Amino acid sequence: MRPFLPFLALLCLSASLAEAQSGRAPRVLQNPQATASVHPKPLTRSQPPAAGPATLIQHGHLYTVGPLGTLNNADVLIQGGTIAQVGPNLVAPDGAKIINASGRPVTPGLMASWTQIGIDEVDLVAETNDTTANQKLDSAAFDVADAVNPNSTLIPVARIAGVTRSLTAPSACGEVFCGTAAVLHLGFGPDLIVKRQAGVLADLEPTGGTKQSNSRPDIWAKFRETLEDAREYQANRGAYHRPGGGRDQRSFRIDLDALAPVVQGSEPLIVRVDRASSIRQIVQFTQANRIKLVVVGGGEAWEVARDLAQAQVPVVIDPETNLPASFSDLGATLRNAGRLDAAGVTVVFQPQSNDPSHYARTITQIAGNAVANGMRWDHALAAITRNPAQVGGISDQYGTLEPGKDADVVIWDGDPLNVTSAPTAVFIRGQAIPLVSRQTRLRDRYRDIGKKNPPFAYR
Amino acid sequence: MDGKAPLWGAAAIVAVTLLLAWAIIPRLHSSAGGGATVSDQFRNDQFPSTYKPRPSRATILRGATILTGTDQELANASILMENGKISAVGLKVPEPPGVVVINARGKFVTPGIIDIHSHLGVYPSPSNEATSDGNEATKPTTPEVRSENSIWPQDPGFTRALAGGVTSMEILPGSANLIGGRSVVVKNVPSVTGQGMKFPGAPYDLKMACGENPKRVYGEKGGPQTLMGDVAGYRAAFQKAVEYREKWRAYWKTKGDRPDRDIGLETLALVLDKKIPVQMHCYRADQMATMIDVANEFGFRIAAFHHATEAYKVADLLKKNHICGVMWADWWGFKMEAYDAVPEGLAMVDHAGACAMIHSDDPIGIQRLNQEVAKAMAAGRRMGYRISRAHAIAWMTRNPAYALGILNQTGTIEKGKMADVVLWDSDPLSVYAHAEKVFIDGALLFDRDNPKMSPRTDFEVGQEMNFNTGGAGQ
Repeated sequence: MRPFLPFLALLCLSASLAEAQSGRAPRVLQNPQATASVHPKPLTRSQPPAAGPATLIQHGHLYTVGPLGTLNNADVLIQGGTIAQVGPNLVAPDGAKIINASGRPVTPGLMASWTQIGIDEVDLVAETNDTTANQKLDSAAFDVADAVNPNSTLIPVARIAGVTRSLTAPSACGEVFCGTAAVLHLGFGPDLIVKRQAGVLADLEPTGGTKQSNSRPDIWAKFRETLEDAREYQANRGAYHRPGGGRDQRSFRIDLDALAPVVQGSEPLIVRVDRASSIRQIVQFTQANRIKLVVVGGGEAWEVARDLAQAQVPVVIDPETNLPASFSDLGATLRNAGRLDAAGVTVVFQPQSNDPSHYARTITQIAGNAVANGMRWDHALAAITRNPAQVGGISDQYGTLEPGKDADVVIWDGDPLNVTSAPTAVFIRGQAIPLVSRQTRLRDRYRDIGKKNPPFAYR
Repeated sequence: MDGKAPLWGAAAIVAVTLLLAWAIIPRLHSSAGGGATVSDQFRNDQFPSTYKPRPSRATILRGATILTGTDQELANASILMENGKISAVGLKVPEPPGVVVINARGKFVTPGIIDIHSHLGVYPSPSNEATSDGNEATKPTTPEVRSENSIWPQDPGFTRALAGGVTSMEILPGSANLIGGRSVVVKNVPSVTGQGMKFPGAPYDLKMACGENPKRVYGEKGGPQTLMGDVAGYRAAFQKAVEYREKWRAYWKTKGDRPDRDIGLETLALVLDKKIPVQMHCYRADQMATMIDVANEFGFRIAAFHHATEAYKVADLLKKNHICGVMWADWWGFKMEAYDAVPEGLAMVDHAGACAMIHSDDPIGIQRLNQEVAKAMAAGRRMGYRISRAHAIAWMTRNPAYALGILNQTGTIEKGKMADVVLWDSDPLSVYAHAEKVFIDGALLFDRDNPKMSPRTDFEVGQEMNFNTGGAGQ
């Protein structure tokens, strides 16, 4: 599918154009950051978790991925959308629904990172694909939060496989700044966004081929200049708006505004980069400029593991990528995850990177393969729960089985990281998720193909 | 040479077995030619295989769980490989003097994995314009091209696939065109030429494509622009081939004026003669049904529908027409015609009694087809089907061998077949399993425990970063 991306970029409507056509008020009026001189702290919770009846999961084999460690034959009490208690022999409140996990594994809901869940339905159907900015200039202001569709069929497909959160970010764009990420929960809508402005994606790998539009020095020159502009602009925002007050800046104001949390160090710069030397370069740059960095892609990250660990830079990788797909990936190896983890790097997994959104359910297979190639099992589970919670800035509400956290809880019919396993129950923010998707409905229409009555269209 | 007489005996048994297999096993690639002699047929051997099996030592894998690919699971069994062939399988296997004995207790043995849909070598790594040789997207019908003429044997992807237990694959042209060209079956062995990989005796296939891709590529370049345009395109091409074949048949009969040779129509004439079956890229149920009618109109044979995301909707039709369904475990949604895929699809086609199998179409996916089969099996079981792992194994071994017309030679663990065999360190339908040793024609070509037996391609040699990896992407 990768080869189609340039084609897609041509066809995609920009979010702003779509908005103009929808007749809604321009976003800028509703967005405090555009008029306030001090950038507000981004909202970390869209709303309090929905209330629901209490549920007690009993006799589970709990992988809490938190301070409680692994608990055999223990219980989880879910009340009002959050986890109320975790431990052995909990007492069910009156009226609580009781589920006997019978020793099965129980984990936090899983989080898929650097997906386009919520902003993509069918890649090649342009009006359903809001993953990439449709402009040649930098687009830090391209904000995925403007496009999130809570009715996307990708969401039930992912969540019935245990994926309850997504760090939804733009696709790599071939330009320097690709847009602003958000964190979603994958439960019931209408509001799925649990965190806006969860970082800005920059793509520092060249587009490649003879049609390459940018070489590395081009990219770095633009990259430095834009960040410098954003810093200057933030320092003297009022002056910019006075006639003749702003110096010539290459970027639009909305892009400079979108970069505010990055240059202020409150949200990460999410940088797509594969080549070891480029990773080293971006680590040094962000350290010198006090910018929080998250590396995504990271094909050769293992070679820079010590630098990444020292600088406390998390890395989002698809650990199955072991091909020299480009000259930036010559060192790609199945050992990437294990080596990074052993060096003390915070490792986060992306589902199969050829389509991490539709294939979000491969996140467990991805983690299992990391284990098969040298990563500790419990660390691999952390790479799809606690670690992405940290990268997405939602550790206060999600990522472990702990009292006070949102009740994203999954009961599994076997080892959660094995390809033959699946959830038997999924809770997102306390709500029991029916294990139904458009795919299960289609399956049930055709499951007895010999029986023509009733015909499929009436099933 | 004291083994001469027993060897003769073994050879005789092998020959008889092969003959029996030839007689019993249903064949897609029948040699229908109407009694024609060599001089009055279209030639089909311009790029002959130069593959020679690598040297091998007689080897026995002792005490394994053997999944034969024929729906059988043999516990605590052994397999003897001699002279590139499987010479014995079962609970009691003799140990000839000098044989290499490998203790496989607690481990698993399967036939080598066969990927019926790969673009390794034609869309290799690294992927760039110089290496992009999979689609002759200059006109919608290009039966004159052959993927074998595009293969870059130094594609590092081959070594990764080998480490995943893949011993044979079909390499197809891409799907930009209605008729994309000839596919070729190769053995997954290091070679400086594509011909050196070419599976000896494997029939060619013709790659054709339904649906969105040809429309997308040609919609604004003169067409086809619609599905009806797609179908008109196939029919026009085959009508030309019918007429071309007529001309040559007349010439062979009467020795009148010699017709001009047309390389593309020659391939299509061989398709009409059923010497080259069609491997048909087709996602949607309705399009598969249409293609069955087109094939019937012209009398060609569709071996399998590839990608077949909606095969589960017409599994009965596939069964009735003896056409295999080639599917992914869980790919979906990247375009409209893939929107209705379900993870149970492969199991549903299998359950309906049609021939079903996995494929990768991807240089990452090809490395773990065992896991893809495991996912498809698990999805089927969860909807209530009883699917043994011994049966599921056939989705990546026997069934692709059948659809490629090479089941006589490989695809199952049976006496007399090519010793294309994988030793797994644990249950291959687990995410944690590794192909530990991979044998092709009895020769050990990958050994996870011996770094010297992880092949590297020329492209990787001298690359500082690659040097620091374990080879074969490990």
